This record gives sequence, structure tokens and C-alpha cells, in this order.
Amino acid sequence: MIAIVDYGAGNLTSVARALDHIGKNSRITGDPAVLARASHVIFPGVGAAGDAMVNLRARGLDGWIRDWFAAGKPLLGICLGTQVIFDYSEENETACLGLISGRVKRFPADMKSDGRPLKIPHMGWNGVSFTGRHPVFRGIPEEAEFYFVHTYYPAPSEADHVIGRTDYGLTFCSAVAVRNLVAVQFHPEKSGVPGLKILENFCAWGGEDAE
Amino acid sequence: MLSKRIIPCLDVRAGQLTKGVRFQDNVDIGDPVEAARRYYEQGADEIVFYDITASADGRAIMIDVVRRVAETIFIPFSVGGGIQTLEEMRSVILAGAEKVSVNSGAVKNPDIIRQGARAFGSQCVVLGMDVKKVGQSREIPSGYEIVIHGGRVYTGLDALRWAKEAQRLGAGEICLNSIDADGTQDGYEIDLTSLVSTEVSIPVIASGGAGKPEHLYDVLTRGCADAALIASMVHYRTYTIREIKDYLHERGVKTRLFW
Repeated sequence: MIAIVDYGAGNLTSVARALDHIGKNSRITGDPAVLARASHVIFPGVGAAGDAMVNLRARGLDGWIRDWFAAGKPLLGICLGTQVIFDYSEENETACLGLISGRVKRFPADMKSDGRPLKIPHMGWNGVSFTGRHPVFRGIPEEAEFYFVHTYYPAPSEADHVIGRTDYGLTFCSAVAVRNLVAVQFHPEKSGVPGLKILENFCAWGGEDAE
Repeated sequence: MLSKRIIPCLDVRAGQLTKGVRFQDNVDIGDPVEAARRYYEQGADEIVFYDITASADGRAIMIDVVRRVAETIFIPFSVGGGIQTLEEMRSVILAGAEKVSVNSGAVKNPDIIRQGARAFGSQCVVLGMDVKKVGQSREIPSGYEIVIHGGRVYTGLDALRWAKEAQRLGAGEICLNSIDADGTQDGYEIDLTSLVSTEVSIPVIASGGAGKPEHLYDVLTRGCADAALIASMVHYRTYTIREIKDYLHERGVKTRLFW
């Protein structure tokens, strides 16, 4: 069973529907007893980092996720779920889970492209240039694009942790991979066939480190 | 770099498409879920549904449509049409839509934008604006006025002022429909689109007037739009989404070409 961590951060049903579509049995739950029976855990979320951390702590899920990561089991972060695995987010000046070192920063307000100001949030389809081979991103064509909607972006301290980069005014880290953790800033559940492929790969992955 | 989005718009009444959508097999399909699936497979970047049913029964049918669409396509889609309350927004989002668009409901009660953004996040709240060119005046400095009820009722609201106000209240995106251009297939209202899109910091979807791929090129370049809404030109199979995207790609407009 694939568990989708419910910590009151937005609507999590779209991830569950995508898993249904690829024939994977999933549960949306915030109950550690149910989470413990999962083979894989997906940590999604839409909303603000401050609220997310408050909700995680209130449910005792902050410690639970650290333990799951430390136990070496497959963990997939999506969007806000990805942001809160870092040390700190500039959004609401929030101390986060610290599974990997790095900060989450706001896109600068004055970014330009062809002389025109860039819109914030970064909303829509954009490419990801994958810099390493990883089982979760196997079979994803170079030209594939993914759906993003965010105002803050991850900035890992260790360059080794970055596995995908995206350009929007600046080049930011849109995918990280550390041991049994993969985390993406985009929404694989809303990114058509390539996104579904990533979810499928994740469900088939045992959590081994990248090649 | 971010791609410009191409967004087919489907009008739904009592759970059925109101315009024929003609696909490869030359059969008109009345089921909006089937139409959404076909556009998803043909490379639509997002889909917009407008529920033009007025009754409560119709609303319940639409929620069922939204649920079935969410099980079928894995790209973002929005639902609009007659949304007045936070509860109506919630039911659409819980059924699986990424975004809800508010139009005359927000004109009557602007606070619905703030409430929606607070409850679901700005990225969920789209402001739909129907706009008519009226000429510049003291009341309407931009020369464009917001109209409601399908363009029959003038509101006295300046379109640019309203766009900025909606952004301040928390709207995450604007769908800007020109009533003058709507249905003409003569091209989008470029001046209006570029005026609004350069004055707000949130994405703007241009709507109304698309008939040829060059219309999309114009509005995505000179018009500064972030996305373009299309209807007849794909519903009647004059063009496929692939043809439109290839046309834009050849002229240097970045769109998503692989799906």
C-alpha cells in the first residue's frame, strides 16, 4: 500500500486518483499506525510552509517522517512536501524538517525575461533537466515538461543532492534525490503521462540509492 | 523556460456539452468527460469548463462531471459558471478541480476572492472577467468596462482597476474575456490583453476571438498573455492542438510539445 500523508495541507485526492489510474492501491492518512503498514510514502501538500509545520507537529508527524526517512524506506516529496524537508523556508520564516540541508527561497520580485517582468507564482509547464540517473526518473524523455505552481523554490546546500534543474528567471533545483528520498517541486500527478511515469517508477522503487 | 499554455474551453449545460465537439471520427460527442479525455490526449495544457446551468440540479450534475473528469485526465482543469459562495467553490475543488473561476459572483461580492484564497490558496482562485470596450472616461480610465450576465449588464467597474483589485484580494490568475471579440473568430483583443497582463503580476489567460493559429501567436507575443483559451477552432476540428503548437513553435513561441 502507498500512503499519502494527510496533514491538512490542501486537497490530496489528486495524488490518490493518479495512483488509482496506474493501478496502485493507496490510502490518504495521517494515522501513524496506518502509515507504518505502507511500503512507500508520498508527502504532498499545497499551501504555506508555516501552516504545514504547525499541522505536522500537532499530529506528531514531523518525527514520524524523520524516522521513516532514517529507516531507509521510499519517500517521495511533492511541491510543499518537498519544501518542508529542508532546514528552513523563507515562507513565514519557518524552521522545517531538516531531512536534507538547505533553504527554501522566494523568487525575486524583479526577475525579467526578454525585458518583461516574470509573473509570480511560477505557474504552468516547464522542463526539468535531469543531471543524474535515478530509477524514479528512468524512461522520462528529455523534452518532457511538468506542471509547476509555486512562489518559493528549494536551494539545497549540497550540489550532490540536486538531480533536476529548471529555468525560470534563474536556474533552481526542481528535483532532489538523497538515498531513499526523492522530492520534486512540480506536480507529477498533474503532469500527464511523464508525471504518471514518475509515480509508477516510485512505486516500483525499493529506495536504493541512485546509480 | 515556462511554456505558454493552450487551453480548450468546454461549455456544459446539465452535464452535456452545449457546442458540438467534433473529433477524428466526425461524430459529435455530448459527453464533457469524453471531450476532456480527447483534448488531454491531444496535448491540451489545461482545460476550462464553464457550467452554464442555472439550477441547483444542474450544479449537482456538474459536480459529478468534475469527479469523472478528475479520474480521467491528469493535467490541471478549472470550473466556473455561476459560482457565488465559498461552499460552491469547496464542492468543485473537493470533486477534483485544481482551480475555480469566479466572475459575476466576485463583482457582487469581491470578498469571495479573499475567502477562496484563504481557504484553498491563491493558485485555486481564477478571476473571470467579461470586458467591453466603452471608450475612456473619468469613471472608466482604461476604456474597458466589466460587464456581467453575458454582457447584458454594465457594472461601472473599470477592467484594469478590477483586475488589480482582484490580485490584491488574492486571485491567482485572471481569465480575460473580450465580449467584443467573443465568437467572432477574428482574433483576440490584443490591446486589452496587453494592458491588463503588463499591469498585473499574476498570469493572464486571453479569451475570446480565436479563429486561427496566428491569433494565438499575436496574443501570446504582442498581447503578453501567459495562456490562450480556444473553443470553436478545435471543437469543429478546423485545427488540432498539435497544429496550433507546431505553428507557434516555428515562430519561436515556447509551448509544451511532448505529451
